[in-house]
Amino acid sequence: MAVTYGEGVDSGVIVGADSRTSTGSYVANRVSDKLTPVHDSIYCCRSGSTADTQAVADYVRHFLAQHAITLDSKPQVKTAAYLFQKLVYNNKDRMSASIICAGWDPVNGGSVYCVPLGGACVQQDFAIGGSGSTYIYGLMDASYRVGMSKAECIDFVKKTISHAMARDGSSGGVIRLAAIDKTGVERFFVGGNDLPFTPQ
Amino acid sequence: MSEFHGNSSLDEAPPGFSFDNCHRNAMIEQVAAKSNSVLPTATKTGTTIVGMVYKDGVVLGADTRATGGTEVCDKNCEKIHYMADNIYCCGAGTAADTEKTTEMISSQLELLRMNTKSPSRVVTACTLLKRMLFRYQGHISAALVLGGCDVSGPHVYQIYPHGSTGKLPYTTMGSGSLAAMSVFETEWRDDMSESEAVELVKKSILAGIFNDLGSGSSCDTCVIRMDGTTEVTRGAVAPNPVAPLRAAINRSSKLNIGKGTTPVLSTTFTPARVTLADVTVTEMEQ
Repeated sequence: MAVTYGEGVDSGVIVGADSRTSTGSYVANRVSDKLTPVHDSIYCCRSGSTADTQAVADYVRHFLAQHAITLDSKPQVKTAAYLFQKLVYNNKDRMSASIICAGWDPVNGGSVYCVPLGGACVQQDFAIGGSGSTYIYGLMDASYRVGMSKAECIDFVKKTISHAMARDGSSGGVIRLAAIDKTGVERFFVGGNDLPFTPQ
Repeated sequence: MSEFHGNSSLDEAPPGFSFDNCHRNAMIEQVAAKSNSVLPTATKTGTTIVGMVYKDGVVLGADTRATGGTEVCDKNCEKIHYMADNIYCCGAGTAADTEKTTEMISSQLELLRMNTKSPSRVVTACTLLKRMLFRYQGHISAALVLGGCDVSGPHVYQIYPHGSTGKLPYTTMGSGSLAAMSVFETEWRDDMSESEAVELVKKSILAGIFNDLGSGSSCDTCVIRMDGTTEVTRGAVAPNPVAPLRAAINRSSKLNIGKGTTPVLSTTFTPARVTLADVTVTEMEQ
């Protein structure tokens, strides 16, 4: 999931994800990193097929790097999201990739774009995806507030991901977070023993 | 002079799946159906393969059973494939796929070493493998554990047939992966010594050999150290020796034909006359 906080050019985003990759009922990787950088200050949260999303993220990283050279400045998050959209939409019958593209750029500040299975591209204040997201729509709608501070936002993301992990069998492991703003990227890690919420 | 050709093997491979063999396969299936014969099953390596990082490098392990359906095709096959002097790859899935895929990427790595004049990195091998497997959309059934040491340290990767990869401190793949992973999850620690690491790998492969029907025979290990040395041990543990079973079978002494049983009546020797072609050398026009 990805959430924006702050105002204007001081705004930023927090991206967070669980760490479970499963093949059927076996956990193939219990500490995977689903937050993939596609540029210095632009990350994507991957869900769906790992092979498809890793390949798509590699393509976008490649195109975005070329674009940043010709542009001679940091690319916009909107551009990265559009590149994701092109790939997911044009290959929608061959792929299973649901991506949240979020980051910071000097033009728009922090922004979040959701590119789900069919290849739509929608900008939102916050976005959630993956199998566990269904369990936290209510929690998000009830507790998200516009203009939270960075620290509040981090706690918010940790809490909601914990709740999803508690209810969804395909989510679990540890929580990985990244805070992206004009100063760059800061990564956080919450071990399985330190989750803010666990099933009672 | 004709235009300079860059390394064509490093150029982009043609996009998409190559359907050349699909027509041939369809014909084979038609013929087999008509004559009611049984098509041979692809030799698979229902397998246990493992890899782990220890203090000074990586240790890879594999069992040695190759199956075709429920029959054991090869009791002592090699599942640890050479990629580079400092990189080895264990393969599970269809035996031909793992063998040829690792061979292909191994030769691409060698060409890259010649072009860049520096040793191969494990992440390079991983990327080349995952790009190829993704291109074939999972039709190449190769599940790999890639391990090696390079300038940035010891690394172990797991690579799935559809092209997804994961970088981990320890990993297992194949039908016996659950049995082997249970051993790793109990006893793996950070910064183990080489002897402890090799013992743990052997233990996890044995767990696969004894608890998984698709794995068996013996355990091969491969130690790749940060100092550049590598040690591949075939049959590091061999709990299922074949020799005692063979010795227990009583064969007729008629089958033991000693040397000299057939009498030699006469011997002649005729040297073969080979005429070499006439060779003349003329200078090429400048």
